[in-house]
Amino acid sequence: MNRTKIMKEQTIDNKTPASSGVIAVKVDDLTVAYNYKPVLWDIDLEIPEGVLMAIVGPNGAGKSTLIKSILGILKPIAGSVTIYGKPYKKQRQLVAYVPQKGSVDWDFPTTALDVVMMGTYGSLGWIKRPGQKEKKASLEALEKVGMLAFKSRQISQLSGGQQQRIFLARALVQNASIYFMDEPFQGVDATTEIAIINILKELRKAGKTVIVVHHDLQTVPEYFDWVTFLNVKKIATGPVKDIFNDDNLTKTYGINYKVSIQE
Amino acid sequence: MDITEYIKLVFTDYTLRTITLGTAILGAVTGMLGSFAVLRKQSLLGDAISHAALPGIAIAFLITGAKDSNTLLIGALISGLIGTFWIRGIVTKTHLKSDTALGLILSLFFGFGMLLLTFIQKQPNANQAGLDKYLFGQAATLVESDVWLMAIVTGLCLIVMLTFWKEFKILLFDADYTQTLGFNTKFIDILITTFIVLAIVLGLQTVGVVLMSAMLLAPAAAARQWTNSLSVMVFLAAIFGAFSGVFGTAISASQNNLSTGPVIVLVAGVFVMFSFIFSPSRGLLFKQIRFIKNRRDLELHKTLAFMHHIAETHEDISHPHAIKLLNNFQGYTRSTLQKLVDKDYVQLDGNMWSLTKTGFETAANLYTKQSTEDE
Repeated sequence: MNRTKIMKEQTIDNKTPASSGVIAVKVDDLTVAYNYKPVLWDIDLEIPEGVLMAIVGPNGAGKSTLIKSILGILKPIAGSVTIYGKPYKKQRQLVAYVPQKGSVDWDFPTTALDVVMMGTYGSLGWIKRPGQKEKKASLEALEKVGMLAFKSRQISQLSGGQQQRIFLARALVQNASIYFMDEPFQGVDATTEIAIINILKELRKAGKTVIVVHHDLQTVPEYFDWVTFLNVKKIATGPVKDIFNDDNLTKTYGINYKVSIQE
Repeated sequence: MDITEYIKLVFTDYTLRTITLGTAILGAVTGMLGSFAVLRKQSLLGDAISHAALPGIAIAFLITGAKDSNTLLIGALISGLIGTFWIRGIVTKTHLKSDTALGLILSLFFGFGMLLLTFIQKQPNANQAGLDKYLFGQAATLVESDVWLMAIVTGLCLIVMLTFWKEFKILLFDADYTQTLGFNTKFIDILITTFIVLAIVLGLQTVGVVLMSAMLLAPAAAARQWTNSLSVMVFLAAIFGAFSGVFGTAISASQNNLSTGPVIVLVAGVFVMFSFIFSPSRGLLFKQIRFIKNRRDLELHKTLAFMHHIAETHEDISHPHAIKLLNNFQGYTRSTLQKLVDKDYVQLDGNMWSLTKTGFETAANLYTKQSTEDE
């Protein structure tokens, strides 16, 4: 409750990176292959605490694979991942994941509130059922994404943007330090996109680290303060203002890419 | 035989009581577990498991030489489990899709089972007669101990389901996410699958290899039509399954020479048909009714909006206009006009119409209201 209030009072500003110099996520020599074909090749990546980072790259560059490998959903053939210096398995409670919206069947018989409550299952552990405390936290998360009015809606009766907000609320309720999001802006309208990016900026303001697989290159400088270029290999990673340039874009996308960076 | 007589018989006649209880319990447990299979999009899994159980039955008979149903069911269980884990193995280790893996295992195991059955039938052993009842099931062979076994497995299944309800639910909805939360998804998955295999194996004697998957799917598919809550769906599926068993047994018992298994499956099918048509939210009937109603409303709104458009040009909104004006407008019919009059949106005076104050306001708010409702 307190946290919500504090976050609301803060103004949204993306000019000052909140980075404290601590490394939140460290990826070493990560290689992932499907069927002998490498999808990710020898990735070294350090993500500082408190950044709002975009992972960009063409289709098939391994962006989702990178996130899934960090989260242990996919098994890499080589390499290691640490979260604040420890293996992911020991740090699960620090990490929240927003999968691609299309990865689940939205006709599943359940309500919006129920899906958000799933975010509390991790801290509950085995067998224990969510109670009043979990319900309250879930309702707060729904309110934060502007979906409180839809809490009893069957999830198939929500629009694509609303479904995405539900997924976001489910991650928010985990109260994590690091958020991984797989294309949260895919197929959402402008209003929802703004609502989502404001929440992500609030998260960063609160000192959280947010990593987003992103497709719209035009909005990278506006939304993010950190960026990783990926195309099977890591092309570059760093502050948007330093490395988001035509050179890296061309290296990543293989065509002569010109993007006008708005200051 | 009339109904009261039959009901009396169910409570007094040992055989009929045993069969009714057995099919009811079987229907309930398969309905419950079937909900999970349907929601995991593993509808074919039940079919594959039941077919995969056949060679197990044959091999168990070949080894023991006895037709004891428990021994044969253990054989069925083992080969059903082997089939299931091969399917899982094929899906995870190769690039074949699960429907291919299911179809492959289903036909391979069933073919092998049939081969063994024909081999057994050629044996001089007099004991071999009747093994083929596992193909289509024979409820009449159920004895009290079979029913007890079903009840125990159903009870166990209920306990496990209630204990791990939260884990089952989240795995069914979003397996990857479940894994990131730290749950051992493999364990949950194996738990669900093992119970599905158990339920299927228990049903083989009654419903048979070929039709068993319908027991799993039909109650669940019917139940899904009536609710948007997982717990209600599982509960309804159990009820539908149980009633299919009871009604199916009743129909086959009151007619001569009707095999129980197929009748139960057909009754379950009737539940499905009924649910597909008459469910209020998802049923075809109400969908069609809603569709027609929406179209009528839309015609009405369009006409009203058109009238508003004309009326707007005058200072006096109730300025009368000729009905002829509307004739060129598509969507206008005499009955829509009459409906607008009934709703007190429009006044008629001879060949002239005029918007009332309420009509004008409603028309003005028509589209703005709709867009706020959407949000």
